Amino acid sequence: MTPVSPAARPVVLQARGLGKRFGATLALDGVDLALRAGEVHALMGQNGAGKSTLIKLLTGVERPDRGSVELDGRVIAPSTPMEAQRDGIGTVYQEVNLCPNLSVAENLYAGRYPRRRRLRMIDWRQVRDGARSLLRQLHLELDVDAPLGSYPVAIRQMVAIARALGVSARVLILDEPTSSLDEGEVRELFRVIAQLRERGMAILFVTHFLDQVYAVSDRITVLRDGCRVGEYAVADLPPAALVNAMVGRDLPTVAGADAERAPPPDAPPAIDAQGLGCRGKLHPVDLQVRRGEMLGLGGLLGSGRTELARLLFGLDRAERGELRIGGERVELKHPADAVVRGLALCPEERKTDGIVAELSVRENIVLALQARQGWRGMSRARQDELARQLVQALGIKAADIETPVGLLSGGNQQKVMLARWLVTEPRLLILDEPTRGIDVAAKQELMAEVTRRAHAGMAVLFISAETGELTRWCDRIAVMRERRKAGELPGGSTEARVLAMIAGD
Amino acid sequence: MNAVAPAATSAAAGRRPWWRRRAQVPLLVTLVLFVAMAGAGGVLYHGFLTPQVFLNLLIDNAFLCIVAVGMTFVILAGGIDLSVGAVVAFSTVLLAELVQRHGWPPLAAIALVLAVGTGFGAGMGVLIQRFRLQPFVVTLAGMFLARGVATLISVDSIDIDQPWLASVANLRLPLGGGSMLSVGALVALAVVAAGALLAGASSFGRTVYAIGGSESSARLMGLPVDATVVRVYALSGFCAALAGVVYTLYMLSGYSQHALGLELDAIAAVVIGGTVLAGGSGYVLGTLLGVLVLGLIQTLIVFDGELSSWWTRIVIGALLLAFCLLQRLFRRKEIKP
Repeated sequence: MTPVSPAARPVVLQARGLGKRFGATLALDGVDLALRAGEVHALMGQNGAGKSTLIKLLTGVERPDRGSVELDGRVIAPSTPMEAQRDGIGTVYQEVNLCPNLSVAENLYAGRYPRRRRLRMIDWRQVRDGARSLLRQLHLELDVDAPLGSYPVAIRQMVAIARALGVSARVLILDEPTSSLDEGEVRELFRVIAQLRERGMAILFVTHFLDQVYAVSDRITVLRDGCRVGEYAVADLPPAALVNAMVGRDLPTVAGADAERAPPPDAPPAIDAQGLGCRGKLHPVDLQVRRGEMLGLGGLLGSGRTELARLLFGLDRAERGELRIGGERVELKHPADAVVRGLALCPEERKTDGIVAELSVRENIVLALQARQGWRGMSRARQDELARQLVQALGIKAADIETPVGLLSGGNQQKVMLARWLVTEPRLLILDEPTRGIDVAAKQELMAEVTRRAHAGMAVLFISAETGELTRWCDRIAVMRERRKAGELPGGSTEARVLAMIAGD
Repeated sequence: MNAVAPAATSAAAGRRPWWRRRAQVPLLVTLVLFVAMAGAGGVLYHGFLTPQVFLNLLIDNAFLCIVAVGMTFVILAGGIDLSVGAVVAFSTVLLAELVQRHGWPPLAAIALVLAVGTGFGAGMGVLIQRFRLQPFVVTLAGMFLARGVATLISVDSIDIDQPWLASVANLRLPLGGGSMLSVGALVALAVVAAGALLAGASSFGRTVYAIGGSESSARLMGLPVDATVVRVYALSGFCAALAGVVYTLYMLSGYSQHALGLELDAIAAVVIGGTVLAGGSGYVLGTLLGVLVLGLIQTLIVFDGELSSWWTRIVIGALLLAFCLLQRLFRRKEIKP
C-alpha cells in the first residue's frame, strides 16, 4: 500500500472543536478531525482517551456540547444514528449491531426498504436483488435469505460494512472491527477496506493493534485525555513515536511503588498455573503469583484476561494444564473449591455479579465469610466488629454499617465488595478491573488497603485495562494478547513498554 | 474458523429452500399436528371430516384468533400483553351498556369501543417504553383495571336484543354445500390477512421483528424503536377491542366475567403457532394455525362426548411445553446470538 500524497485529497468530513462532558468528566475537549476521500484514517488513543465519545458524536448516538461537524462543506448535526446514516456516515461497531434473527438481506435494508407502488408494501424481490449486488461489491456470496445469526462474526461484520455502503455512505467508521476476528478474517477485512478506499470513501479506523494501523492507514490522529495530540501522516510517525504520543510523557513512578515493596524473589508461590488453558477460550498459560506479590494482568478487551481469572477461580473448568495453590495440586470444579482454598475474586461487574444492593453494608461484608463457615452462625457482635474494622480501613463512606449498599456511591460499593473478600483473609485476591468507574480518591484508598495486605503476605492478581495503574501499583506485569500470554515485564516498567506489548508491536 | 472466503462459498452452497430451514420446523410440526389430529378425528368419529366442522373452528374461535394476532406482534417484539382477556370483557360490557341502556347506534358504539381499546393499549405501551417498565407488570395492572372497570359499569350480564346487532350476529355467509361462516369468522380472517401483510411487508412489521431480535441493534440501525413499541401495544389493544365486539356478537351479551383467561389461550396459540416467546421470530399465519389446533383439540373432546372438557387444558399445557422445548432445540442450532 503506497502512501498517498496528503495534500491532494479533498476533505470530506471536518469536525471542529468537538467537546462533550459526562457528569463531572470532560470526555472530549475541543477535538478536531479531518477525514479525506480515499484515505484510511486511524484514530488512536488509550482507554478513556475519548475515542468512543468522538465516534458517538459523529454517529449521532450522543450530541456534542460544543463544536461542529461538516460533511462536504455542509454543517450536519445528527441526533440519531438514523440521521447520521442519512447524512452519509455509516458505522460498523465492535460488537456487530445487526439483528441476528433477520435475514442477511433484511439487515442490509432495514429502515430503508424499497417499496412497491401499490399499498407501499416492501418489495422483497428488490431487497434480495439489492442485497446480492451489495454483497457482490465486497466479493461475498451469501444466502441472503438465511438469518444473519447463522453466519460467523466475521461475515456479520462484512454484512455490517455492506449495510453502511448501501446507505451510500461517504464516510465509513470502523470501531475496533478486528477485535473478534482471526488473522485470515482480518486480511479479508483489510482487502475490503483497501477496495473501499480505491472508491474514494473516507474511512475512520479505530483499533488497538499497532501493526494493523500500519498495515492499512494513511493518516493517524492521536487522542489523549480527551484532547487531540495531533494528526500525522503514517510515514512521519514510527510505532515508537505513536506509542509515546498516546501515553504522553512518561510520568515519574508514584511514590510507594518502588523497590522496597518488592517481595523477596524466593517467596513461595501462592498460586502456580502451568499450561492452564481451555479450548476456544484460552491458550495454555503459565502464571505464578508469589506470596506478598502484586501481579498486574494487562491486555485488551477479549485478550483473555478475564478468561484466565475465571479459570483460576473455578468459574470455568480448565481443560488442560495444572494448578497448584500453596504448593498443593488442585482441580477446581466450582468457585466454592477456590474459596475453600483461600482464593477470592472481585468481579468486573459489581452491579450484577457482586453486591446485593438491598442488604446492609455489614451483611454484604460478612456474606463470603459466612458462606465459608456454612451453617455455623456468627455472633452479631463479631459481625459488627468485622464490618467496623473494614469500613474504617477502606474509608467506606456510609451513614452507618446498617445502610443498604444500594444507597452508596459506586466507589464505596466497590470498597464493600473488596471488604467482603478481605475479611476472609484470602491467600490470593483476584481483582478484575476494580477501579472501573470510580473516582480517584476512592481508587487510592482501595489500592492502599490492597497494598497493605500484600505487604502482610497476601498475593494479588490485579487485572486492569489501564496501563498506568499496572505500572504504578504492580510488582510484575503479565500481558495477555489474543488469548495467550504475550510476556511479562518487571514492575516499574514504562507505560510505553506495557502498551507496546499489549498492542503486539 | 478459516478465512472468510471458504466460509462464504460453503454458505452459498448450503442454500436451502424456506421449508428446509430450521426456524420453520416448529411451524411445520404444528401443521403436521393439525392434519394428524384432523385425520385421527375422521377415523374415530363419524361425521368429523365435514367442511362445517372446520369452519366452526373459525366461528367458535374468531375472538381468540383476533386477540392472538395482536398478541403475535407483542411477542414478536419481545413483550407480553396480559390485559387482552380483560379488555375483551370490558369491550363487551361497554358495547352492551351503550347500545342497550343508552340507546347508542351500534356502529357508533363499536367505533368508540375500538377507540377506547386502542387508546388503552397505547397507554400501556407508553408506560412500558417511556418508563422502561416490565410489560408483564404493566399489562397485569391493565388486566385488573380493565376487568375492574367492566364490573363497575355493570355487575350483571347485559343481554343484547338490539335488532341490528342481533341480525348481524345471526348473519351467515353461505359457502355452498350447506356450509357457512359467521361475520365474526370473516372479521377474524380479515384480521389474519391484514396482520400477515403488516408483519411481512410493512416497515412497522419488520421493525417489530428487529426489536425482538435485538432492541439495541435496532436502535443503532436507526429504526424507530420507541414509536414502534407503543404502536405494538396499541395494535394489541385494538385487536382485543375488536375481539370484544366479535365476542359480543357471538354471545349476544356483555359481561365482565367473559373471556376469563383468554390472554393465556392467546399466548398458547401464538407459541404453538411457531412464534418464539423471546421475540424476533414467528408468523401471523402460524398463529392462525395455533388457534385452529387449540380449537381442534376442543372439538375432538366434544365429539368424544365422554372426556372431561378439562382435558383440553391438559393437552394445551402439554403442547405448549413441547413447543417451547422444540423451539429451544432448533433455534439454538440456527442462530448464535
